[in-house]
Amino acid sequence: MSSVDFSWLIGGPQGSGVESGANIFSRVCAELGYQVFGKREFYSNIKGDHSYFTVRISDQPIHSNVNGVTLMTSYDAETIFRHYGEVISGGGIIYDSDLNKVTTDSVQPLDHYFKERLQYELESKNKPFTIDGVLEIAKEKGVTLYPVSFKSILAGLAEETENPRLRGMVRMFNVIGVSLALGLIKMPPDSLLKSIDSIFSKKPQIAEINKQAANYSYNYVSSKFTDFSFTLPGTEKQPDTILVQGHQGTSIGKMVSGCRFQSYYPITPASDESVFLESNEILEIQNDRPGSTIVIQTEDEISAMGMMIGSALTGTRSSTSTSGPGFALMTESIGWAGINEVPIVLTLYQRSGPSTGLPTRHGQDDLLFAVTGSFGDFPKIVYASGDIEESFYDTGRCFNYADVYQVPVIHMMDKFLSSSVVTCKRFNPQKITINRGKLLDKVEGEYKRFAFTEDGISPRSKLGLDNGIFWNTGDERDEYGHISEDPQIRIKMMDKRMSRLDLILKQVPEDEQLVSYGIHDYTIISWGSTKGPILDALEMLKKEGIDIGFVQVKLLHPFPAEKIKSLLEKVKTIIDIEANHSGQFGKIFKQNVTREIDYFILKYTGRGMTSTEIYDTLKKIVENKANKREVLEHGS
Amino acid sequence: MALKLADYKTTVHNDWCPGCGDFGIVNALQMALAEMGKERDKTVIFSGIGCSGKTSHFINTYGIHTLHGRVLTFAQGGKLANPELTVVAVGGDGDGLGIGAGHFVAAGRRNIDMTYIIFDNGVYGLTKGQASPTLKLGEKTKSLPFPNTNYDVNPIGLAVASGYTFVARAYSYDVRHLKDLIVQAVQHKGLSFLDVLQPCPTYNDINTRDWYAGEDLAKESLERHSRIYKLEDTHFDPLVHYSDEIEMNEKLAQALIKSLEWGNKIPIGIFYKNDLISPFTTRLTDRIPNYMENPPAKQNISKDGHPITDVSKILDSLQV
Repeated sequence: MSSVDFSWLIGGPQGSGVESGANIFSRVCAELGYQVFGKREFYSNIKGDHSYFTVRISDQPIHSNVNGVTLMTSYDAETIFRHYGEVISGGGIIYDSDLNKVTTDSVQPLDHYFKERLQYELESKNKPFTIDGVLEIAKEKGVTLYPVSFKSILAGLAEETENPRLRGMVRMFNVIGVSLALGLIKMPPDSLLKSIDSIFSKKPQIAEINKQAANYSYNYVSSKFTDFSFTLPGTEKQPDTILVQGHQGTSIGKMVSGCRFQSYYPITPASDESVFLESNEILEIQNDRPGSTIVIQTEDEISAMGMMIGSALTGTRSSTSTSGPGFALMTESIGWAGINEVPIVLTLYQRSGPSTGLPTRHGQDDLLFAVTGSFGDFPKIVYASGDIEESFYDTGRCFNYADVYQVPVIHMMDKFLSSSVVTCKRFNPQKITINRGKLLDKVEGEYKRFAFTEDGISPRSKLGLDNGIFWNTGDERDEYGHISEDPQIRIKMMDKRMSRLDLILKQVPEDEQLVSYGIHDYTIISWGSTKGPILDALEMLKKEGIDIGFVQVKLLHPFPAEKIKSLLEKVKTIIDIEANHSGQFGKIFKQNVTREIDYFILKYTGRGMTSTEIYDTLKKIVENKANKREVLEHGS
Repeated sequence: MALKLADYKTTVHNDWCPGCGDFGIVNALQMALAEMGKERDKTVIFSGIGCSGKTSHFINTYGIHTLHGRVLTFAQGGKLANPELTVVAVGGDGDGLGIGAGHFVAAGRRNIDMTYIIFDNGVYGLTKGQASPTLKLGEKTKSLPFPNTNYDVNPIGLAVASGYTFVARAYSYDVRHLKDLIVQAVQHKGLSFLDVLQPCPTYNDINTRDWYAGEDLAKESLERHSRIYKLEDTHFDPLVHYSDEIEMNEKLAQALIKSLEWGNKIPIGIFYKNDLISPFTTRLTDRIPNYMENPPAKQNISKDGHPITDVSKILDSLQV
């Protein structure tokens, strides 16, 4: 049986239900046994600007999007103008036939940079500046067009159900679009209706009319068009599969790891995590009364950080979640947590900077800042997850690192991960361990919070513990925590804290520090969310007999230089892949491993990497046709 | 075993200038804790940065000396995670009303059950006497090259406008009165604010101890001339008696008007007290019924190194 690899794109104005449409589609595909990788792109806007969702499905494991779209569903003109070119030969476009004559100039949100490029393309092909024009180009390329009047669907539905109100329900265009797509590829309709029920579970009346619309559209397209070459009737279901959103790995991870306090200030793309934690604030605890997570929305990120530290001092596992601009405001307090040896976990959902940058777009721009952010020398951990499933287990690790080494931990995530929807193996909470390190339950005798010990880590009391009184200060201090400017104390305290970096490299298991997917003459070294598209690209190359190695570094600070050095010893060509302009990871690599990166594959358009473009570029490298610095551009 | 005043003192050397108003505040705070018999290991003093920031090191309870302007954020986090703690936050007027003004306002809105004491002296002492937020427009304290170009912040007015439910002013040289106010502030259920007028003998040569005592006024009159007078000695009633919009607004407006009194007569005492606004703990308990018995700091999160939080219902909802 040949494998399925199908990409569906739905687009529309922000606020028109593109996301819920995509969620329905993803859920239906997942329920029918397919692996799903979906990703949302949107502008920094509430209503009206273009937003789209690409859902790739397969019966094999997939970890990324590809360049080509197999089927596109659009109920607005902008989606067609922006994405017609992505649909592959043999693919299809379901579109609203009432839009045929819409001109490029009449679509206001089409910015002039894009419009100029589009009009140039149309002019060079001698086509009118209309939807008809771009669709002709698609057709000539071998794309099948499926014109459907969405208004006629509503009219037909209103007539069939004898409910004239439905005529004007343009809000259902998203559900109609999804149902047309599912009907065209012949997915059994039961899952569709079930998904609608679950999405609108709190509004049964809305669910009902949406189901009517879905049924009607599904039947309409099934009877009208039968020539589409892709049918996806379902495949063998993998057991214990979940369909999970980007932020749910870290948020459910926090619940399981025992994080009971999260303070945050609203910021894209990090706040979804906090809102999810708050929505699920009351927790079920095995053989015990209910627990809870206190989620506090603060006045700014400085306060989020201060509150988190205050809470952590009581022995509570505490956390915050932010993105670059918020992280910038937190850096002074990270230093305070560093000098006072307070265990905290800061989940950093990166986006594209600098400054506000591309606020709703992807980037891995903050690595160097995470490593160096805050003045002075102090130990901290910077740890990166490669995908959503990993991020669940990594959250547990981050809390353990924080507790055991009494340091701030920055858990690197990003927008690529946060706005993905993927199928993965159901999270297994029992695979997470909880190690509170030297946290004390009781204190006997004289207590010194920063007592000098052999391993440089002192037993940790907590606010409110009997006989455990201590002092903290941002100043240098003595073993009790009182201010001291004595030079000898200064040396001993600095050495005590900083010795932890070596300890971390020594004690953290190697497979938690980095993951090797094979070492070959050409080997990729990378970090974070590039993992998915890299793995898929390597799979494609393997099928052609090209083996390329890949080392995913998860522990980014302290940097496991010696391990990497020995791993890469025999590698001839090192390729660094990351989503930023300057190859930030490459700089850390060069500084620590003292070896040059041979090729950089970089992307900083704010759009995530696809496996196709990584595949293409790796091939160029192997064929010796690549520049030292290759910049990727795919995605609108 | 009953605790004595001495039990609340550390042996840490106090390096404040001779004659500093801060001494009166730390003494009053220790006296208040002793009088209330507060358990030392259930009490936390959070402090900001500056001379006043060192306060936490002089008191023999848990002491957290935080960052400039951020003391309220740390203190609120600690109190929310472990509500059985008695939490007192202290800091200077530059710390709380300058760099930390945003936190000052936001804390009022939450009304978390704790106390905030501002050491109010009109200057940034530890950086050699620059103008701080409560220094009046046009005043020139001794290390300023030119008179102050900014209008002053009214701490009492800002506190009542922000939602603080206990707002008072004290004078650091009237230690007994200050101690009484600290006791009342700590016992208040909600966020209490105490603005303590605290002469800086080194850098504020205008609002000096003699100035508060009215030495300059004495030349013109033989009557009692101290500028400071106590609200409780007048007919001023700061308490909001019943939950009614007019009553609340009147008491709030009265506090604001009273706080504007300055010059030859400076009121100290309680300006505003409202026990009818719910403390933050009540707002949390409405949503999380067992929050007070089982707050974050008390929750069990693991057994034998394994998590005990059951997320199976959430995972079930994601399962396909």
